[in-house]
Amino acid sequence: MNIRVIPRLDIKGPNLVKGIHLEGLRVLGKPEHFARFYYESGADELIYLDVVASLYERNSLHDIIKRTSREIFIPLTVGGGLRTIDDIRAVLRAGADKVAVNTAGIRRPDLITEAASRFGSSTILVSIEAIRHSDGRYEACTDNGRERTGIDPFEWAERAVDLGAGEIMVTSVDREGTGKGFDLELTRRIAESVDVPVIACGGAGAPDDVLAVVQEGRADAVALASILHYGCLRTIDESEFAAEGNVEFLTGRRTPFSKITPSALADVKRRLAEAGVECRPVEETGCA
Amino acid sequence: MPNTPRIAVVDYGMGNLYSVCHACRHVGLGAFVTGDPEEVFRAGAVILPGVGAFGDAMATLRSLGMVEALRNYAATGKLLFGICLGLQLLMERSYEFGEHEGLGLIPGEVVRFPDAVMGVRKIKVPQIGWNRVKEARPGAWVGTPLEPLRDGVYQYFVHSYIVRPALEDFVVARTVYGDVAFCSAAAAGNIFACQFHPERSGPQGIQIYKQFAALVSS
Repeated sequence: MNIRVIPRLDIKGPNLVKGIHLEGLRVLGKPEHFARFYYESGADELIYLDVVASLYERNSLHDIIKRTSREIFIPLTVGGGLRTIDDIRAVLRAGADKVAVNTAGIRRPDLITEAASRFGSSTILVSIEAIRHSDGRYEACTDNGRERTGIDPFEWAERAVDLGAGEIMVTSVDREGTGKGFDLELTRRIAESVDVPVIACGGAGAPDDVLAVVQEGRADAVALASILHYGCLRTIDESEFAAEGNVEFLTGRRTPFSKITPSALADVKRRLAEAGVECRPVEETGCA
Repeated sequence: MPNTPRIAVVDYGMGNLYSVCHACRHVGLGAFVTGDPEEVFRAGAVILPGVGAFGDAMATLRSLGMVEALRNYAATGKLLFGICLGLQLLMERSYEFGEHEGLGLIPGEVVRFPDAVMGVRKIKVPQIGWNRVKEARPGAWVGTPLEPLRDGVYQYFVHSYIVRPALEDFVVARTVYGDVAFCSAAAAGNIFACQFHPERSGPQGIQIYKQFAALVSS
């Protein structure tokens, strides 16, 4: 089984943004630039998450999906604010291969079943965001951790698969954006309780963290954001960002948190391969 | 590519046809999406894509009058390219949620992934991700869209069921998942089909479309 390494691009309006734990969003640039860069450097899939998910900004998300799917020939998952079968159909028609459902699936679990029967289970990924309480208990939440649900994320994962989810993505809200490493316990308990693949998300600060969540967390795939984005920013000509705001932050080319080691996809995959974890090597992707 | 035949991408309401069309256009093939059996029968070449359940897919194909159209089309000797569920539909029958009759264009059946393990880990079904595609025997890829590719090339898979062609001759490529080796591409005469998604398999998937375009134009 080949472990997938998946860049996750958080999108607000026309921009790629990165949420920093407790600090809000920063604009990093145009998602298409990053998508192309990751495609050419050996990404196994891409995930676009609309972090604001306001309906009036839907057109710009659909445009981004269309432009991406026309020239990037790896699977594209799109999530964020998908509430109805029509919302799901719209992003699939724009060119997404899979959709990620979180809030709407918790509010109305039948949506997962309806979507799976209409578009196929493998098209429906259920995204679970979880926080860890100080007593070690976990709780599922929505809206990037802003809303608590009282739901046990482990029970919810099993139920989501019964309802028709073809894949589960689990995000540790506490670790997200911190670079402190994945929540291994959270990931492992979910990965061991379901038969479908599990994508771990939130907290990667270095390639070793990715290895840990695969070996100890039993993840089938990993979604990476900061660690790759900061690596990507170093390679892009500064002038591309001149008109996109937040220039000082972008051109400073600093990592905002010392815990994050900017890495390339090749660095991550090399680390996995060295440890004997199977993954599709960057050298065998056919990308120049 | 001048005078390239138009490619009909069969639309029967199952799955994402857009990436298939984008890949066709990327290699210069004029592709159009159609659910009209008459257009399919008259097309220069046909792609049968698909994601979803076998039984639903056959029911829809039947209601569109597409089953006969595809059988008649295949009998003309023009190229038919099946992808993912499109490979499985070519078989005689499937055991996905009951037993269903398929198009029967390649003798064989569709079965669920047997329980398999890899080391201490039970493998996950569906298989979602990249895996190596290996030539079933020396020369098996000659004359197929796989011909220019290196043996063992990575392609992208999403599936819970696998095909078992009745004869070894129909098996073009094999892939190993956990400890299960399965048929990842099959061919019979003018029909070629693969379990993986070349349109989602990066530059090496696009190469398959390029070779398909070359075969269609020759």
